[in-house]
Parts: sequence; C-alpha cells; structure tokens
Amino acid sequence: MTTRLTVNGEPVELEVPGMRRLLDALREDLGLTGTKEGCGEGECGACSVLVDGAVVDSCLVPVCQVDGASVITVEGLAREERLNALQAAFLETGGAQCGICTPGMLIAGEAFLASGAELTDERIREAIAGNLCRCTGYTKIIDAISLAAQRLRT
Amino acid sequence: MTQTVVPPAPLIAPPGVPTPGRARPAAPLRREGPDKLTGTAKYADDLVFPGAWYGATVRSTEPHARLLGFDLDDAFDWKRVVVVTADDIPGENVVSLIDDDQPALVPIGGEIRHQAEPLLLLAAPDRATLREAKRHVRPRTEALPAVFDPLQSTQEFAHFTVGRGDVDAAMATADLVIEGEYRVGHQEQLYIENQSMIGVPREDGGVSVHGSLQCPYYIHKALKRALDLGDRQAVVVQSETGGGFGGKEEYPSMIALHAALLARKCGKPVRMIYDRHEDISATTKRHPAIMRHRTGVSRDGRLIAQEIEVVMDGGAYCTLTPVVLSRGVLHAAGPYQCDHVRIRGRAMATNTPPNGAFRGFGAPQTEFAAEMQVNRIAEALGISPLDLRRRWVYREGGTTPTGQVLRESVGGIDVLEAAADASGFEETWSRPRPNDGRVASGIGLALAWHGAGFTGSGEVQLASVASLELTDAGRIRILTASTEMGQGTKTIFPQLVADALGVEYDEVEIAPQDTSFVPDSGPTVASRTAMVVGGLLIKAAGKLRLQVEGRTGRPFAESYREVGPMRVDEQFEPYPGVAFDDETYTGDAYPAYGWACAVARVDVDLDTGEVAVRDCVSADEIGRVIHPILAEGQVEGGTLQAIGYATIEEIKLRDGRYLNDRLATYLIPTALDAPPIRSILVEKPFSGSPHGAKGVGELPMDVAAPAVVAAIHDATGAWIHDLPATPERILAAVAGVAPPPQPGVSAGSDGGSVANRAAPPEGSDPKPEARRTDAQPFRAPTDPDDDWKHRR
Amino acid sequence: MPVEPPVESPSSLAAAYRLLTGGLLRPIAGGTDVMVQITGELGEPPRRVLDLWHLDELRGIARDGDELVLGALTTYTELRRSRLVGEFLPELAEAAATIGAAQIQNRGTLGGNIANASPAGDSLPLLLATDATIVVGSARGERDVAAHDFWTGYRQTALAPDELIVRVRIPLANERQLRFRKIGTRRAQAISKVVMALAWRPASDGSWQDVRLALGSVAERPIRAWETEQILQGAEPSEETADRAVSSLAAEIHPIDDVRSTAAYRLAVATRVLHRLIRTEGGW
Repeated sequence: MTTRLTVNGEPVELEVPGMRRLLDALREDLGLTGTKEGCGEGECGACSVLVDGAVVDSCLVPVCQVDGASVITVEGLAREERLNALQAAFLETGGAQCGICTPGMLIAGEAFLASGAELTDERIREAIAGNLCRCTGYTKIIDAISLAAQRLRT
Repeated sequence: MTQTVVPPAPLIAPPGVPTPGRARPAAPLRREGPDKLTGTAKYADDLVFPGAWYGATVRSTEPHARLLGFDLDDAFDWKRVVVVTADDIPGENVVSLIDDDQPALVPIGGEIRHQAEPLLLLAAPDRATLREAKRHVRPRTEALPAVFDPLQSTQEFAHFTVGRGDVDAAMATADLVIEGEYRVGHQEQLYIENQSMIGVPREDGGVSVHGSLQCPYYIHKALKRALDLGDRQAVVVQSETGGGFGGKEEYPSMIALHAALLARKCGKPVRMIYDRHEDISATTKRHPAIMRHRTGVSRDGRLIAQEIEVVMDGGAYCTLTPVVLSRGVLHAAGPYQCDHVRIRGRAMATNTPPNGAFRGFGAPQTEFAAEMQVNRIAEALGISPLDLRRRWVYREGGTTPTGQVLRESVGGIDVLEAAADASGFEETWSRPRPNDGRVASGIGLALAWHGAGFTGSGEVQLASVASLELTDAGRIRILTASTEMGQGTKTIFPQLVADALGVEYDEVEIAPQDTSFVPDSGPTVASRTAMVVGGLLIKAAGKLRLQVEGRTGRPFAESYREVGPMRVDEQFEPYPGVAFDDETYTGDAYPAYGWACAVARVDVDLDTGEVAVRDCVSADEIGRVIHPILAEGQVEGGTLQAIGYATIEEIKLRDGRYLNDRLATYLIPTALDAPPIRSILVEKPFSGSPHGAKGVGELPMDVAAPAVVAAIHDATGAWIHDLPATPERILAAVAGVAPPPQPGVSAGSDGGSVANRAAPPEGSDPKPEARRTDAQPFRAPTDPDDDWKHRR
Repeated sequence: MPVEPPVESPSSLAAAYRLLTGGLLRPIAGGTDVMVQITGELGEPPRRVLDLWHLDELRGIARDGDELVLGALTTYTELRRSRLVGEFLPELAEAAATIGAAQIQNRGTLGGNIANASPAGDSLPLLLATDATIVVGSARGERDVAAHDFWTGYRQTALAPDELIVRVRIPLANERQLRFRKIGTRRAQAISKVVMALAWRPASDGSWQDVRLALGSVAERPIRAWETEQILQGAEPSEETADRAVSSLAAEIHPIDDVRSTAAYRLAVATRVLHRLIRTEGGW
C-alpha cells in the first residue's frame, strides 16, 4: 500500500502496511529517530508530531490515516542549521535535561505558539499536559515556551 | 521562577578572574543541548547496527517457585531463533553487585524468587518471529510459598544500629513522648527513555554493549565475570541516556548480560529494547519502608531523645539494599541536634521484584518520617513548625548520631530562613487559612539534609580516577566514566576544567563514556559527580597547567597547543580529617551535607480528597553553585518527583506482581499537576572540594514530600502517615471512608488482603512437574479500564 | 515494530457498510484506543481493521431543530472549539476538555468513546443524562438506539457486527440544567475514578423535573441511577432531598476495587459529589 504525505515539507511515498504506526514509519522507514517512543499508549507524548498542524501522538496514528497529510517532526524545526525560536529558548532556559521528552515537548510547544492562545502559565501547562517530563518539573520548559512566545510576538 | 541567595562570597566572578567552579555571568549552554533539541542525539534505540537481531526475555509469572524446565513447543521451528538459558553462561551466573545472590537467568532446578524474573532469552531476526517464539515457550515450575510482608520475612539483607548517648535514661526525663509509625510504598523512577541495551559481538571473542546506563564500569565488571572475559574483551559504551534517577544504576547490568549472551550465541548484534510495560514490571523501584519513631521532648520544646526503627523491603535479591538502608538509617533522625539517639534499621527479603537505587537512596523514606514526627511534635507543643526547627536544626559544631562533628558548610538554618522568607510562611501561619467547607488551603514546611557523595569509606574504596589529556591534535580532553543523563555532566566538567586552565569553555572536549577509552571515575550516583569527579578534574587541570607552563614558560592558554600529547590521571584521596569506622558505624559518615527546606501550599477538595499543590519553594544549600541553571533544574525536577511521591505515585501489587505496570496506570504529575516551583540556591562552600561544591541531585527529593503532607494536614487537620497521601487515604482520614491497603505490601494471589501467599495444600497437586505457569510467557499488563471483566 | 493487521480505508460510508457485510472488521476512528493494542504488548491486536477516518459523512456538528447533531468522527478538540456546542451544551465541551490532553483530544472521537464502551468513558454519562440518541447504520439502513439502551455490559454494546455509529443526536431541552464532574487521579491524562452527569429542569415551584443522573466508573458500564433519579424527581434541592438521594445512590451503585481506586472511595465520592451538587443548587 502506498501512502503519500509530506514530512518536514518533503514529499514522501511510503510502501508500508496501512496500520503501521506513524511513529514506526518515521523512525524505521524514514530514519527520523528524533521522535521517541516512551509508552506506546498515548500517555507520555514523547512521540508527538504535528499532523496538519495538530499535535498528535504518532504511536496512535496509523499510516493509512495520514495519506495526503503534512507531518512535522522535531527534525523539521531548525532551519538552515539554526535553532528556531523555541529550540533556542529551550537551550537558554534549561528546558531540556535528559532530552528524551524534548522532541515531543517542542512539538507541543510549537502547536501552542501557533494557536495564538493567551500567554499564561495555565494555558502553557494545558498545552503540554500530554507530554510527560521527569527531569525538569516543567518549570524551565514553561519558561522556554513563554520566552519564545514573547520573542515571536514582538 | 528562581532566585539565588548569596551569602558572603559573590556568586558571579569578577570579569577576567575565572575562579574554579564559580558560576560565570553567563553560564555555558548545555553542551549536548543542540543535539537534543534537533533530534540528532542518539539514544540506544536510535542506534543502527546493520543485521541486528531483536532480543526478548521470558519471565516468571509467579512470585516464588522452583524452575523445573522449559517446554519448547514443537509447533514452532526453533531453528529460526536463538535460545539462551542459564546453561549458556560461560562464567559465573551472577549479576555482580554487593552480594552474589542474583542470577542473570534462573537455572533449571533453581529458585524463582519474584514475578517477572528473567528465565530464558530469545533472539530473532525480526520482531514478528520473536513474538511468535515467545508464545511457544512455557516454563515448568513448582510453586513455593511466598512472603510479601517484610515484617514477616525471616531473611535479612542487612542491619545497622547507629546512635549515641543514653536514650532510655533521657527518654525517661522527657515531658512528652510522641510516637508514630509511617509507611511509604514503592516508587518508579520513570525515566522517559525505557531501559535499552544493544550487544555486539567482538572479533576478539568478547562483546561490546551500547546502551542507556549510569555506570559503565558496573556493567563492565558484570560482563567480565559472567562471560569470563578479559578487561579489553568487554566494552561498555553509553548512548545518550534519557533519564536515570538511579533506575539505570544496577538493572542495566542485567540487560547488558542478556544482550551480550544473545549476541555471542547468534553472532550478530542483538537489541534489547524494553517497552514501558516490561520496564515497569521488571526493573527496580524505590524501597518501601516502615519507620517507627519515639521522640522525647520537654514542654518548652527541647529535643531530648530519639528512638527510631527502620524496616526496608529489599525485594527478592540484595542488589544495593544494604547501602540504601545505610543511607536511610544515617539520615533517619533528620537534621537536628540531639544528644541521645538510637536508630536501628534492617532490610528484609520478600518475594517481590528487587528494589534498588532511586534519587535519594533511602533518605526520602526515612526523612519523610522524621519530618512528619517533627511537625506532629510542633503541633503537640503548640510551637510553629518553623520555630521548632530554628531551635533544633544543626549549627556548626553540632554532633550527628554517628558522632560526626559538623565543622563547616552547615546550611540548615540558612535554607530554613530562605524558604520561610520566600514563601511568606510566618505571615500565612499567623492567620487562618481559607476554608469554605468545600476546599481547604494549607501550608507545610519540611527540612532535610543529605550526605554528599558515597557513605562512609565508600569513596576511599572506589578510588576513582579522572583524567585530562592534551591530544596530539592540540586539544584538551576530559576522560571520565561519569555519565550525562540530563543533569549536566557534559556541561559542568568542561566548565570547571576551562576555568581551571584559563581557557574558553569550547576549547575543552569531553571523551565519550566508553570503557575502552576512559578511566573508572566511579558510578554516576550519590550526587557525587560534581563534587568528587569535578574535584578530581580541577586538581588534574592544575597539574596539567603547571606541567605545560613549566615546559613552555608561558601561560597555559597561549601555549598548550604546542605541547603535544600529555595526560594527567588524578586519583581520589580522602578528604582531610574525614574518617569513618565501618565496624562501629561511627565517625564522619559523609564529608559534608547538603541542606534543603521546602514550603508547599495545597488546596484540598474536602468532598473528594483531591490535592492540588499550588506552590512549592525549595531552598537548597549545595556548597558552591557551579552552574545555576543546571542546579535549579535539579531542584525543580527533584521537587516534582517528591510531590509525585507525596500525592499520586504508588505501585500496587497482587501476588507479588506490580499491577500498575504501564503509563496508563502508574501516574506521574503532568504540567497541570505541577505547581510553580521556586528554587533558591544557597551557597556555603565546602573546603574539602577544590571548587566548594557538595552535590545537588538527590537533596531536593528528600524534602518536598513531607512539606506537602504537612500542608495537607494544615488544610484538613488530618495526618496522613502513609505515602502517597492519595485522595483515598485523605478521605479515609477526614470522612471515615474505609482506607485503602497500606502501601508497599502485596495483596495475596486472590486479591485479598492476605499478605502472604500460602503454600499449596499438601497433596493438592500430586505431580507438580505437570503444573504449568500461564500459557503467556509474560503477562500482559493490567487493563487500565478496571477489573470488571473478571467480575461478570 | 509490530506485525500490522490488514486495513481497509473506504472513501464512502456505503463502501464501509459493504466491507462490514463481508466479514468481521474492527473499526478504527481516531485510533486512541485501537492503536494501543497494535504492538501486541498491551493487548491483543485486531485481526482486520476498517479505517473510518476518511469518511467525511461521519463529521460535522449541526443544530437540527431541538437537537444538536454530532457526527461520530467529531473529535474532542472539535467539541471544545464548536460554537454550537459552546452555546447549547457547554458541559459537553467541558467533558471533552477533561479527556487526555491535546494529543488525545485531537484524535479521539465521540463515536470512538461510545463504541469503545469503557465503563470509564468520560463523555458517556453526559449522553445518558441528556437522553441522547445514538444513530447506528449498516447496509441494512439506519436505526436509533437510546443511550440508556446502548451499553449492555462490560465493553458490550447494542451494535451488531455490521453496524457503525453514524451520529449522536442530543435533545436541547428547554431550561435543562446540566452538571458534569470527573474525578481522576491527576488533572490531565487520567482515566476517571468516578464521573457524574446530572440533568434536571427546574419547575416554577422550585422542584426538579426530568431528572437524569448518570455515572461512569462505578459499574461494569456507564449507568443511569434510576432509583436515585426517582428520589430527586419532583423534589426541591433541599438538605433532606440531598440526604435521601445520597442514601439511595449508596444502595444503587456497587463499584469495585481496582488498580485506580477502591470501591469505598468511589462510593463515598459519588455520594459526596452528588450531595455537593444538590447543595450548591439549593444554596444552603
């Protein structure tokens, strides 16, 4: 079965079973190992990617459902060898520690930044509530998203 | 939000005067940060080894049994896979740690001592074949009686008695004796990257393993011993590691052995990548513990005597239990001056999966109880919990239960005042807290200390080595086995070395954590990396600088590129004046202590017992702060782990098996559950380490849980003696609802409250060898939905 | 990587019905329940799968006279964002906001929640309390099933093997009051320990009419508390009513101990939350 989609802006044709998890297709068929698996059941958010702009757990999305879709992974955030605003803010504030939740956290953060939601602590927390982090206590992640939002909005 | 309190010495070094270990105006950015932020950092499961096979572990589904053999179903073509049993282990069948009781695989005829114990290994070229093979293996077993309650266990892993003074005589003079029993359950480390290890056969007959780990040389030793390999034939390489918290201290040795055994037998790389279910089911947890306190005080609030008993549940094998118990016992009286103290601790065996290292290492358990006791005494005496601690907390010159005199870097009162001030504790305490009958608010305070580095003579025995070299390419390179798992090793080491050498941060490289390159700088545990290994590197840098400058006659920074290969190996030397007697358990238990105070605010829903932690301040005195952002990150992360421990994190067991063995059922706080955490770093440099640092990793884990439970008491009037203080326990205390079972003890196989599983009745099963465990070689996890399907 | 079962992705509802007529298929909507099983490690994978995601006939939120009509593929995010839901049934948006977090809300669907038939399904008590109709379809045509007839046992529904949930119709009863409360272990990503929906119409004499009380996680399926409804029906929200209702509810539900909570806690919380809801409305 052929699935056509774009991944990080590049057109991709996948010849894989339709029920393959998008996570597996990204990591094993496309070699994009930036997206991580933490639980396989949509609890931790480490496998978060954007599908047509919406944050989803790629472990819960079969490839057959992303035919024609645009998928963005962590590998698609930096442009021309430069960290984007959110990545730079994570680096500055200490929002990444062990780094395993970071790709998913960045994706959830990007969805928040794109949503134009009110920039409050509570709204940021809600936006990343599907992404578990065990290192940071979330404080510096929230700082990072807030910093990036402020920079992008001015 | 963070804030740094700076006692005498300035935190920020004046420009142009780099002082070793002193934070700079702009601390360096995380060294491996860009890789982690772009998805290019390679964790074990991201590594590609062409032609690699997949490995799996067949595990026990009983808590205690005799392994009689395996039935390999003829319906499956076994030539498609590789099977490894204990018979395939060329060396000693042990996972090398403190005691040699734990096998890598249970041998036929041997004893299965816990659920999810490894029995047999499989490897296959693809996952489908692997899963099919797994379904066709059945262990044959004979059930044995199981013990789940540490108080009923007769097998002891370790015991310690610590104390000084005449407790009985002093207690008799007390106006008031307060007693309390406190229980804490298991806690899962829950690193977000599951345990992962890849074994790769070597041409020299040895094996390399690449994986997620904290302690390369622990694994190196385990491989050499079980596989009968020489020093160079066993190679351990750390891949990027997605969190450890102690959980990747000892169990990776087991997984590495398994991957290595399979790789050597099939002649191909073998990937052992646990999924979350297997990881939670099989790997170590924080020890459950029972603490009993008797504390004698005078009516005017003097601390007269403390008598403390600690019982820890070690699980089925010894692992690191004696050391965990030791640290737990040494911290059990809390950071308070008392002339008459007796602490007795023992660790018992049960037929549950072995417990092991987890951030805090015994101290969070015993300090929870100590702080509960102090808060209850404050209430009984009508003294504020802040004032009582102001009177009791160790000052310089204080003497600990082991007789250690605290000569310097004693920050207890400083963190107490800093946290109280930042949180507005006194003002809040002085007037009634909001309570509208539906939601009640409360504030709670707790204080803790944490011994820096290994206990007692541990560091002397380790004799760690850290090295620094100038490569022939003119680079400065750090060589240690100390691992980065998020806490910042790869950032602070180059920072410390750059400062000591007077060069830029980016000029200092750090070698990969690969046992074929780097010396054994000891395990990355016990908050020892910044203090101990960082200290060795500063000393090594000083020597390197002298050698280079002696040879070139010019400043190091200008001339080191000309000097060709050169290497300095720095070995640990005892801190001056620090001595501990392991026989009598007296003396300097730790070279120095970190000090922490947490103040938590909670809202409790009085209808449901739900707790919302609204705010938490944690003030931590850690000697010299090397890197404020990374140190704050440790405090914030440790604080939230402690809040999870206090409120929702609980392993439930039935028949010795973890019931909530997946992320849908073992819950940790999300960003919505986490309060804003305000970390305050307080500095009282420790003169024994060249940079004054004491370590920060574990300290915050000790203190937030009792603060939260104190706040719950302040809101509701109920003391919750068991952790976690779940809504179920709170409602039991405030509304008389039947309480849930005590934490940490398994229900019987029928799900009833019988703690110990009875032996099968005599004669009930005349041919035990005919008995089989479940058709499934390893149980599927508990349906998060609930048990309704069994109730129809 | 798991061994994936075969999947059909029809582009029309009629084609989906035809495929269902041809043999047993496990429908997948947003995948948040089915995909958990796909690796074989956390449950038995389905043998054959029918992908509904591309069936736009199952999407859309509309008002049809006195009813709100929600397509089966309506996601929780769509429920939260819908102007119609916000205006006419804000409690449904509130319930949707308690399910998982952004990732789950972007994929999980109302139809999926109904078909999955978990006793803990967060939206289900609201459908019971609002007298919702679940419209199911097959090649044989469409039929209506009342919500209170839909869940027949543990993970069992009134759906025939060849039927799909097509849409949900929720009456927008005049002056209906509706309350929703979920008690989970944490504030996001939590399966409920108790979930409750209470609906009534305040009469001019202050009494409650058309009372509906529905609960999740206290029985093998989402249930109406019929006997307790009778206590509340026609009564005023007084302390005495609340006490009687709570006694009735305590006798009417029989929750169990499981990995998430205890029977005693569930029973206590269900009654305490009900008591509080009545108390708040009664203003005493």
